[in-house]
Amino acid sequence: MDTRELALKIRKHAVMMTHRGRSSHVGSVLSMADIVAVLYGRILRKRHDDPNWPERDRFILSKGHAGAGIYAALAETGFFPVKWLKNHCAPGSKLCGHVSHIGIPGVELSTGSLGHGLSVGAGMAYAAKIDQKSFRVFVLLSDGECDEGSNWEAILFAAHHHLGNLVAIVDYNKLQSLGPPSETLGLEPFGAKWRAFGWQVKEVDGHDHEQLIASLDIPVECGYPPTCVIAHTTKGKGISFMENTVLWHYRSPQGEEFEAAMAELKEAIIA
Amino acid sequence: MNIARQDKRVMLLTADLGFGVLTPFAEAFPNQFLNVGVAEQNMSGVASGLALEGKIVFTYSIGNFPTMRCLEQIRNDVCYHNANVKIVCIGGGFCYGPLGISHHATEDLAIMRSLPQIKVMAPGDLSETRLVTQMAYETAGPCYLRLGRGGESNIHQNALKFPLGQGIPLIPEGDVALLSTGGIFGNAVKAQEMLATKGVSASLHTLPFLKPLDEGLIEHLAQTSRLVVTVEEHSVIGGLGGAVAEVLAELHGPKAPLVRIGLQEGFSCEVGDQEYLREIYGLSPVAISQRVKAALQKSDQIGQLRNFNKSLFEMQEKIQNIQILLSEFGQVVSSDAKGRIQEALVDLKWSVNNNELSSQIR
Repeated sequence: MDTRELALKIRKHAVMMTHRGRSSHVGSVLSMADIVAVLYGRILRKRHDDPNWPERDRFILSKGHAGAGIYAALAETGFFPVKWLKNHCAPGSKLCGHVSHIGIPGVELSTGSLGHGLSVGAGMAYAAKIDQKSFRVFVLLSDGECDEGSNWEAILFAAHHHLGNLVAIVDYNKLQSLGPPSETLGLEPFGAKWRAFGWQVKEVDGHDHEQLIASLDIPVECGYPPTCVIAHTTKGKGISFMENTVLWHYRSPQGEEFEAAMAELKEAIIA
Repeated sequence: MNIARQDKRVMLLTADLGFGVLTPFAEAFPNQFLNVGVAEQNMSGVASGLALEGKIVFTYSIGNFPTMRCLEQIRNDVCYHNANVKIVCIGGGFCYGPLGISHHATEDLAIMRSLPQIKVMAPGDLSETRLVTQMAYETAGPCYLRLGRGGESNIHQNALKFPLGQGIPLIPEGDVALLSTGGIFGNAVKAQEMLATKGVSASLHTLPFLKPLDEGLIEHLAQTSRLVVTVEEHSVIGGLGGAVAEVLAELHGPKAPLVRIGLQEGFSCEVGDQEYLREIYGLSPVAISQRVKAALQKSDQIGQLRNFNKSLFEMQEKIQNIQILLSEFGQVVSSDAKGRIQEALVDLKWSVNNNELSSQIR
């Protein structure tokens, strides 16, 4: 599937889902939409008709609040019907705001509390290493999430055990819950920190699909350092009035704002 | 060790503890052993990841470190995913006595018991430890094993074969029902013996499985004993005492009162070894047997009081009946006799009321 087309679909679903479900975090989904589209459209080895295929690549969304984006990607790549997305967050829905695996084909790990995904991903990567399996493990984190100390335990662990089959992607949109990381709990020099912990680091434009593909398509070999892809992104990417604003971490698009957002996405040209 | 030898899926993760104790395992099964460093949150997350890939993972640390430090990882990553992770705590209760409250695991059972999916096990001696370890290995999904510190004795004479969730009788019959969980079992045995020498017959069951709990056994004991007593090296809130209280509160019909022996509200901030702390906090055999005797005495008194109140009530009823009779047959009785009967009734009422008052004061 064309990854740009998939990214646009994820954005449209995200706006629609957060509109209908009156739910939060549309800005977080929009910022990672290109990363997720590249993963699901190009990078991940998976079988939608056999979601537990043992050789599949594992993907964990550690920033579980952006669950709508993963549900959209799974639906668009055939894991479950697209119509499931319609009642996201509504009473009785299968799909809750933070990503959950129960009854949802293709979800590897339920998350929502930050700082959990990388440890579990490291455990999966360690299992693959000792069992000499060839799958890779991808974990997508947010920048604000890197405040959680548990991540740094996992970062130490993965480097120590040379988990070359593990990729951490940070959606570095530079806006966390109440403001920018630089004013909250500074992360910089961010890449240097990962490097100092023993990871190989790639910094890319998180909306540039070529750069993302080049950085994420790692060979399956253990014994090398794990990879961190710092993806520089824009929060709310793709909808002008949502870009770079904390408000859209929480706000649900309604009324004129919803119409305006959908209009912008309708006119978006897949470059 | 035997389990790990036979099943290569079994892994043991430690958060940098178990000096000396884990060395034989680490040397025998290097591919099944992993020291993750002083990082319990990561240990629990990694354990979940390994378990989701088909491993049977035992996580190992001491006191509150393998549970409370990483409680959310256990709740979200282990329990919600029903991951095959067995959390092992060494040093339940006051095992690490002089090391202070950071090392006293005295709320772990309550906390772990409240999590969905997990089985909670607190063996009382070596045979029980063998039993629950085998059970934890055989039971798919999360388990919590709360162990002592090693060096425990064998209280059960023979190897145990009990299904998951069943209480184990040591003394099956008695007027008082003693229930114990975890390492305090030895003191419960001694307390039972002390009570016997004082003429109090007590049954004794050990409950190495706190979840699932042997509710049938508890209900049966409450219906056939004069008193149910729980003994645990843990807070009286939410552990064995709490669990039994929940069962009894929902049990209809006549039932024995409950006495929960354990750490009362507050931190165990006295300094001393396990034996000393058990004594300080009312868990020595003497203290347990004294609590039981005091509770029996109280329940006897309450029983007497109940009987006394019952007879007072009957007396009141009789006075009322006489008054009714008087009003119905007033014409037949001479007014002089009526007056004297009324006077006698006033006296009687006064004394009944007085007795009621004094019984309330008591």
